[in-house]
Amino acid sequence: MSIEPPMPRVLVVDDEPPIRRFLRTSLTAQGYQVFEAEDGPAARTALQRNAIDILVLDLGLPGADGFEIIKQVRDSGSALPIIVLSSRTDEAGKVRALDLGADDYVTKPFGMDELLARLRAASRHRLQQQGERPIFRVDDLSVDLVRRVVMVRDHEVKLTPREYDLLRALIAHAGKVLTHRFLMHEVWGSETDVAYLRIYVRTLRQKLEADPDRPHLIQTEQGVGYRLKAPD
Amino acid sequence: MSYSSRMTDDARPSPDALLQQARQEGRGRLKIFLGAAPGVGKTYEMLTQARQRKLEGVDVVIGVVETHGRVETDLLTKSIEKIPKKRIPYKGRVLAEMDLDALLQRKPKLVLVDELAHTNVEGSRHPKRYMDVEELLAAGIDVYSTLNVQHLESLNDVVAKITRVRVAETVPDSILDRADDVELVDLTPEDLLQRLKEGKVYFPEAAERAAQNYFVPGNLTALRELALRRTAQRVDDQMVSYMRAHAIPGPWEASERVLVCINERPGAAALVRYARRLADRLHASWAAIHVDTPHVRRASESDRDRVAEALRIAERLGGQAVSVPASSVADGVIDYAKANNFTHIVTSTAQRSFWRELIRGSAAHEIIRRAGDISVHVVPEQLTRAMKGTSKRPAPTVAVAGRYSESKAYAGSFAMVVAALLVGLLLQRFGITNVALVFLTAVLAAAISYGIWPSLFACLVAMLAYNFFFLPPLYSFTIVDPENVVALFFFTVVAVVASYLSARVRAEAVSAREHAATTENLYLFSRKLAGVFTLDDLLWATAFQFAQMLKARVVILLPEGNSIAVRAGYPPEDMLDEADVAAAKWVWEHATPAGRGADTLPGAKRLFLPIRTGRGMVGIVGLDSDRPGPLLTPDERRLFDALSDQTALAIERIKLSEDIDRARMAAETERLRSALLTSISHDLRTPLASILGSASALANQKDELDKQAQADLLRTIQEEAERLNRFIANLLDMTRLESGAIQPQADFVDLGDVVGSAIQRASGVLAHHNVQVSIPSNLPMLKLDPVLLEQVLFNLLDNAAKYTPPESEIEVSAGRSGDLIRLDVADDGDGIPAQDLDRVFDKFYRVQASDRKRAGTGLGLAICRGFVEAMGGTIQASNRVGRRGALLSITLPIPAEQPQERAV
Repeated sequence: MSIEPPMPRVLVVDDEPPIRRFLRTSLTAQGYQVFEAEDGPAARTALQRNAIDILVLDLGLPGADGFEIIKQVRDSGSALPIIVLSSRTDEAGKVRALDLGADDYVTKPFGMDELLARLRAASRHRLQQQGERPIFRVDDLSVDLVRRVVMVRDHEVKLTPREYDLLRALIAHAGKVLTHRFLMHEVWGSETDVAYLRIYVRTLRQKLEADPDRPHLIQTEQGVGYRLKAPD
Repeated sequence: MSYSSRMTDDARPSPDALLQQARQEGRGRLKIFLGAAPGVGKTYEMLTQARQRKLEGVDVVIGVVETHGRVETDLLTKSIEKIPKKRIPYKGRVLAEMDLDALLQRKPKLVLVDELAHTNVEGSRHPKRYMDVEELLAAGIDVYSTLNVQHLESLNDVVAKITRVRVAETVPDSILDRADDVELVDLTPEDLLQRLKEGKVYFPEAAERAAQNYFVPGNLTALRELALRRTAQRVDDQMVSYMRAHAIPGPWEASERVLVCINERPGAAALVRYARRLADRLHASWAAIHVDTPHVRRASESDRDRVAEALRIAERLGGQAVSVPASSVADGVIDYAKANNFTHIVTSTAQRSFWRELIRGSAAHEIIRRAGDISVHVVPEQLTRAMKGTSKRPAPTVAVAGRYSESKAYAGSFAMVVAALLVGLLLQRFGITNVALVFLTAVLAAAISYGIWPSLFACLVAMLAYNFFFLPPLYSFTIVDPENVVALFFFTVVAVVASYLSARVRAEAVSAREHAATTENLYLFSRKLAGVFTLDDLLWATAFQFAQMLKARVVILLPEGNSIAVRAGYPPEDMLDEADVAAAKWVWEHATPAGRGADTLPGAKRLFLPIRTGRGMVGIVGLDSDRPGPLLTPDERRLFDALSDQTALAIERIKLSEDIDRARMAAETERLRSALLTSISHDLRTPLASILGSASALANQKDELDKQAQADLLRTIQEEAERLNRFIANLLDMTRLESGAIQPQADFVDLGDVVGSAIQRASGVLAHHNVQVSIPSNLPMLKLDPVLLEQVLFNLLDNAAKYTPPESEIEVSAGRSGDLIRLDVADDGDGIPAQDLDRVFDKFYRVQASDRKRAGTGLGLAICRGFVEAMGGTIQASNRVGRRGALLSITLPIPAEQPQERAV
């Protein structure tokens, strides 16, 4: 972290003071500059006043305010990374937030390590958008995005065009959860049955994973979508 | 009032009398102002007394008072609150009647109700005003009312005879008997006539001419005497009743009892009234008896209706009504009278038709002959006929459909005689001339096949044919030989008698068959009811049976909440119009019949009857049919009673078993609730205690703790918090399951994908376990909610980790069998005790774990079962065969359609 000269500015929006307190303590210790807001209006003011780099937003704000904020941020054309905090059983809420433009989510209660990983992935993604790297590497997998060559443990793996498209979509947002709808749109150009997506994920896993029954590269976020493991 | 119990020597109060007193408590008190004729000043007297009561502070209102514009009376009503009358539209006009409901709602202490004998306009709740008064009394409201003596049912005939004016509006004597006070408003005939002259007596215009004949000194004196005597008799009764209730030793007169025999002949009602008057004079209790002889069973519907009507009148007049089966009228009457200590028998001359008397003798004579020490009063039939007036309801003529249509029967009889003729002619060829017996055979055959009239017809035809074809001179109806005249005469006599006897045999056989069919039906019905276990089935079967046996449309209503609602019908119908609903409600509140043909709310389309058991009313049956006349004949009424008794018992049986089920369920719920409390308090407190303890240790003793100890405490906090999180998640899932909030989002799912993500999620709890996965890659896709399935797998893995020691192996495998996919989670722990296998999926059930095992919440597997079943699958627990360990198996259906990969 010490390499990055400016401290990333995080805005934490949550109506629960204990949550804000522990996030402030931990994130500050991790080198973030933390701003806080307890509701929608305070969040909007904070977003306008401070040049915020990352938004951590509770979906459980009173009156669906969380979704409103995501929408306003995206409508204003901002690419501000947004991580939402959501409850366990609310898959529909997560998908809605992601479809509205949130970058990722963490389910309450969560461990700090998990949130930090999401924050890192989101910030990296923002950097990546400025220039795609030609070679993607994670664990045993390496993908040459220019030559379209996929290598697993130094052996070339043949992928069908559709499988490659899926993998490329995942690599472009590595570390981030991608909803079924997003992936289908990216790969098929339209919404098809989620079953096809599952079939392609299975074949990809069989070709790429060391143990396809216990996948590590392509992780399933049940009820939401898939996530490709981010390079360390 | 009837008192049949004799006073015994020990001076205890008579239970009957005490009961009577007790019944009065809680009811309103009724005071009747009784007068001999209109114009004596009853209303005036009532108002005067009411005003006095009002001055005493009693809450008095006027329900209805007719002042007929008389100024003095009008003035009296001024100071008393009037409840406005209810307007009831009737045949294009609007009539006003006392507003019973408003009175019941207003609930004053005392209501003034003028003219007790008034008949309400059609569409009112009760046909008669005295019934309204009964309801007011039942509601605990006192009533003042007025009545002229001519309106008393038992005096109706007498008054008619005296004045030659018959009043149609009568009230049963019982209401006068039950009145708490009767005040005679007396005026001498001279004074009354004077008032009449002064125009102070109101008479409706239409009755003015009649009034002229009515108000003559002779009539008025007679009426006055009647009123005085009736009042005196009541005072007597009250005295006796009081003495009995207070065990005052009397000189009691020997208890007299009067029995009146009712037959199906016209005039029965008058006979009953005669008996009532006799009983009154004798201070006797009395009963009306009808003897159910085989002859009666063959009587027409209208005859049987007349009997039922007479019995009803008897009950209304305060007598007891009984019906006994016997082979003859005299047998039934004498046996019953002797067995029940009757001292008087009242009968009419005509107990039988002329013909039957000729053959079997007169019942009256036989009763007199066998009466022994019982006095027999024989009333001439002519008299009873003359008195029959008030039984004005025309006996409905219901065509009794025979087994054969009339014309067919006569044609058949004719054909039989023709056949006999042909046989006769044939026999004649062989020289046999005495063919009379052949014709006789034909007549007998007609009697057995078609009954009496067709057989008599056959008789006539046979006689003519015999004469025409066989008696010389042949082919003419003349007879020359006197011997043949005698022969023909005797042939005719024999034929008539024979046909009468055979027809009777046939009628009895038909009647027996019908009785047997009814009995059989009842028996089958009771068996059917015994086999029914749900209320709906029972009600449907009952409605059907009622409809079939009573030939009517049927609805059955049962209580629902505070009201009643239609639960079954045959033919199926659940719409009741307003009048029907009112009648049904009435039945429900008062447990007496109402609606069409009943005393209450006769304007309703249906007749509603209560279904009762010994413990009270369980429901209501509503009947209607398109037949004219009364809905139920006495026979059908008995049948209804038999059916409804069985139904009531069956309904009660089912309700009882439902009650037991509910009680059991309540107990079960209670058990679960306490288990939940125990579980929650334990499962929430344990991790919280660890977290709080560790955190406070870190906060307070940081300097004394070495790095290792601090790390241990921190790890405890983290692990316990995670455990708490899982428990709360389980509680939430359980709550969602039970509140029905689980709505599976079915989607095509790759089983391997779900297993993988579940293992990933469970990696924390599985840290010390070795998980083996074997899932064939060629399994078809499933269509179910992946989130729920992942949770199920997570719980199964969590469970396996909990009940096995570290480093154990957990195997997850899947396979296809038929159109199901089977998913197994097996461990190599101690397995599940055999007796627990059935219960591991029960909420809060935990296998008794030894100390080294981590405690479970008792929710995980219950949630698994709930989720799996919500997805249309099954889950089972067993122990592994051939080795140690538990095996939990899920089966999930393979969807009929698989996504087409090629289509991509």
